Amino acid sequence: MSNDTSSETEAKSASSRDSLKNTFFTAFLLCLVCSVLVSGMAVVLKPIQVENKLLDQKKNILRAAGMLPANSDRAADGRSIDDLFAEFTVKAVDLETGEFVEGIDLDIYDPVKAAQKADLSRALSAEEDIATLRRLEKISLVYLVQGEAGIEKLVLPVRGYGLWGTLYGYLALDSDLTTITGLGFYSHKETPGLGGEVDNVAWKASWSGVKAFTEQRTPGVKLVKQRSPAGSMNADYEVDALSGATFTTRGVENLVNFWTGDLGFGRFIQLQSQEQKQQQNTLAQG
Amino acid sequence: MSSQKEVLIDPIFNNNPIALQVLGICSALAVTISMSTTIVMCLAVIFVTTMSNICVSLVRNYIPTNIRIIVQMTIIASLVIVVDQFLQAVAYDISKSLSVFVGLIITNCIVMGRAEAFAMQNGPFLSALDGFGNALGYSVILIGVALIREPLGAGTLFGYEILPTVANGGWYTTNGLLLLSPSAFFIIGLFIWAIRSWKSDQVEEPEYEIAPNLQYKEAME
Repeated sequence: MSNDTSSETEAKSASSRDSLKNTFFTAFLLCLVCSVLVSGMAVVLKPIQVENKLLDQKKNILRAAGMLPANSDRAADGRSIDDLFAEFTVKAVDLETGEFVEGIDLDIYDPVKAAQKADLSRALSAEEDIATLRRLEKISLVYLVQGEAGIEKLVLPVRGYGLWGTLYGYLALDSDLTTITGLGFYSHKETPGLGGEVDNVAWKASWSGVKAFTEQRTPGVKLVKQRSPAGSMNADYEVDALSGATFTTRGVENLVNFWTGDLGFGRFIQLQSQEQKQQQNTLAQG
Repeated sequence: MSSQKEVLIDPIFNNNPIALQVLGICSALAVTISMSTTIVMCLAVIFVTTMSNICVSLVRNYIPTNIRIIVQMTIIASLVIVVDQFLQAVAYDISKSLSVFVGLIITNCIVMGRAEAFAMQNGPFLSALDGFGNALGYSVILIGVALIREPLGAGTLFGYEILPTVANGGWYTTNGLLLLSPSAFFIIGLFIWAIRSWKSDQVEEPEYEIAPNLQYKEAME
């Protein structure tokens, strides 16, 4: 760099400017000013950012449950996101036993973060780990709409590895706890145009009505190149694969089957459907 | 007055940071898939480059020469963090799709280059114009690239469908290549070609010429 040192005064100021003392002083002053600016900005904007994040999560849950259209922030009947989300109750579930867990601060608890912590999660063996999660949290969250006859809608947070990275999303089940109403991902790194088509509205719509469990109550969703003719036994469990995205397709199939399986929310769903049957029986008798 | 105008206008076509100086290519590849992210990225770069030029220019006489790059970096980094925090608060969806690229403005050679090459020697007003002009030059190219990539790659512009795609029951088969990063290279290359055919003084002299092979003797021995 050619500093303009032609004039005498500039040359003088340059020598005192480059002294060790001045160097430290300038560096210190600069750091002070910059850190005040940055931290001030962060503190002032924090509440809005937290709100945005929550709102985004609510949107994704509502979209998976089919209660919010993909390109709008309002439901078809004009209700707002907060209004719609008020129908949901959030509960913590122990994945191993399938029972609700009390005493967890649902506002702060994040299952994805818990999966990174040794005391809140466990390592998965290669055989168990079909969705390539490496570690599984012990407690996860469920979002439910409860009606008189038990659960009307159930939204589960799911995740699993695709091609380039982990896909994070929500899987929504209908009141029979078997039929899928929707699947949506809020974060993924798949190739735009190929694996990125997991965001395609038409493809997402094809998940609606697919059965998550076989007759034997095992997870049975399959992503196939050619769907079986409608009405045949397999047709209920099949979704179109994404063309040109073999790994993403495999990842999605695995993650859905993992989270509906025994290691995921399988036990919870089983307990809930038993309870629902009992409730229906008592309702029918009464 | 004319020099001020020059400082502002020159970087747009005559001395474009992407097309002539070939700086800041990385973010031009990454964010031009959709128009809305491109516009936000451009606004962020305009803000950061202008503000960093002003700040660096204001303190240019107090910066010790041996730590001047660090001082510039610190100023730029602080401004970028401010922009990032601001976007997360105001435009959450777009800040999510821009993800790391807002943060990477810190390493955008244009910002650093203008601070070092211009703001260190000029007053705040002229530096502001220079920063603004250069960021504008960057924006023109980025918007041009996005204008090609989004409609032809996804059939949309600003997220609204303009070419009905086959996937949605229309006629247009999307060109997947345009959604991948290399396509931005091709488009920028075509832009550079176009600008240099228009302004032929930007054509670079070849660095060397292949000499005709006259010394056949060597091979004979």
